[in-house]
Amino acid sequence: MNKTSFRRIKNDTYKLGLILLTIISTVPFLLILFFVIKNGIAVINWEFLTSLPKPIGENGGGIINGLIGTGILIIIATIIAIPIGIITGVYLAEYPNNLLSNSVRIVSEIFQGVPSIVVGIIAYFWLVKPMGHFSALSGSFALALILLPMIIKSTEEMVKLVPADIKEASLSLGVPYYRSILKVIIPASLSGILTGALTGIARISGETAPLLFTAFGDSFFNINIFKPISSLPLLIFNYSISPYQAWWAKAWGISFLIVIFILILNILTRILYKKI
Amino acid sequence: MINSILKIENLSASYDDKVIIQNINLEFQKNKITAIMGPSGCGKTTLLRCLNRMHELTPNAKVSGKILLESTNLNDNFMELNSTDPILVRRRIGMVFQRPNPFPNLTIYQNVLAGYLLNGIKLKKQEADEIVEKHLNLVALWDEVKDNLKKHGTFLSGGQQQRLCIARALAMEPDVLLLDEPTSALDPISTQRIEDLIVELQKTVTIIIVTHNVGQAGRVSDFVAFLYLGDLIEYGLTDTIFTNPKNLQTEKFLTGKIS
Ligand SMILES: Nc1ncnc2c1ncn2[C@@H]1O[C@H](COP(=O)(O)OP(=O)(O)O)[C@@H](O)[C@H]1O
Ligand SMILES: [Mg+2]
Repeated sequence: MNKTSFRRIKNDTYKLGLILLTIISTVPFLLILFFVIKNGIAVINWEFLTSLPKPIGENGGGIINGLIGTGILIIIATIIAIPIGIITGVYLAEYPNNLLSNSVRIVSEIFQGVPSIVVGIIAYFWLVKPMGHFSALSGSFALALILLPMIIKSTEEMVKLVPADIKEASLSLGVPYYRSILKVIIPASLSGILTGALTGIARISGETAPLLFTAFGDSFFNINIFKPISSLPLLIFNYSISPYQAWWAKAWGISFLIVIFILILNILTRILYKKI
Repeated sequence: MINSILKIENLSASYDDKVIIQNINLEFQKNKITAIMGPSGCGKTTLLRCLNRMHELTPNAKVSGKILLESTNLNDNFMELNSTDPILVRRRIGMVFQRPNPFPNLTIYQNVLAGYLLNGIKLKKQEADEIVEKHLNLVALWDEVKDNLKKHGTFLSGGQQQRLCIARALAMEPDVLLLDEPTSALDPISTQRIEDLIVELQKTVTIIIVTHNVGQAGRVSDFVAFLYLGDLIEYGLTDTIFTNPKNLQTEKFLTGKIS
């Protein structure tokens, strides 16, 4: 056997090994996806999407409370986290090395590693206890705390990528510093910042633990952010630990919805990412 | 007759306490082209950036001395730039950088108007159109881009981008235009076009151009200032200095013995 063919065989063996390993590691994901779609899609219908849950024993009923709740929780969390996150991220990129930046960066990185249930406990002590009751607002606050470090990080990275000479060009035209940031730096990094935000939103849309002692859940139609509110992950949690088969089916249906939502966010992210 | 528009008195500048230029005294003549030349690292960019108060934006950068700009107010002849709002200074003294830097998220049209748009200065559509056409014509770019004004400036060639940046600076109608080695990133043909353009522009604006290219200084400038290791070694009419340099360092630089 000559050297070239030996090398070819070696190459092919490695390649085959890699392909096999890739398949093996993807199989569990594909299986999960398969079961979610198979069990979930059967449950989805108009009533499921548009009506309130029915008491156990009655057939039908839906999850509109969870849909609305998750929508409200995510929107408010995003409204809280995006401006603060962008401002902080821009600050970190503009003043990378002072004491404040270094401290904020460390705190933000630590926060990214804190288990989400701990974030829920923090929100509980800061908002739920002082207010005296569970609320959508406290749930959004907990989700915002999870989202915030992700937005800070992606903003910092994206702003750092904006070439310095673009900022200089703006300043040299007599544009004040703050306007240069607002009108030049942020727009130039916006698609990157939004990509980070969408990734973060996808992450919080499935969070359950931080909502257990904040948003708490509710089986009625509620849009008051000072009252407890339902959410899709909370419904999955409640339905799947129940002893009723009909409720398990509902949990599958909700899982399917969340997976679809995250899929859409991912596609949007990819479209935005191409524009960076 | 000598007609100065910008004067520097005892100007020194430093980064982190490292002195870069020291005790520079210079007067720039109105509607003339002054070239600042000298080997790399001698402080040409630093000097230029002091003139529109961009130097002070670098952390730990210091400036001392006076910079005086001919005043628009008839009562004073000159205003001191250190005590003038840097925003106003930069609107009267425009700048073009070494590397073309059009705004990537703005169109060609918006790039020309950037000074207005970014400052929130409102223009009527017709006014805006006029400013764009006039200044793109000034930099001889109008015919090349008039059908693509809505495209982004980054699609242009390097030379076109640099001319767009010159148009952007000129659109603010500055009195002085600072050019920091504007052709060092360009090919010979684009360089030639920009040099022709610079000579043409002196009718409308006073030009100070940094270059470490002796040939370029000779081709475009009326006056030259030769900087070496942060000192102003020699200043005068380009013709005089090129044919008869007084200082040995200047002569060495002109003949390519130091670079
Ligand atoms: N931001 C900065 N911080 C510290 N030193 C700098 C900075 N910018 C330039 N310098 C130093 O100042 C000196 C002069 O630089 P510069 O004015 O850019 O020279 P030139 O334009 O003549 O090549 C160089 O030694 C350079 O290393
Ligand atoms: Mg330079």
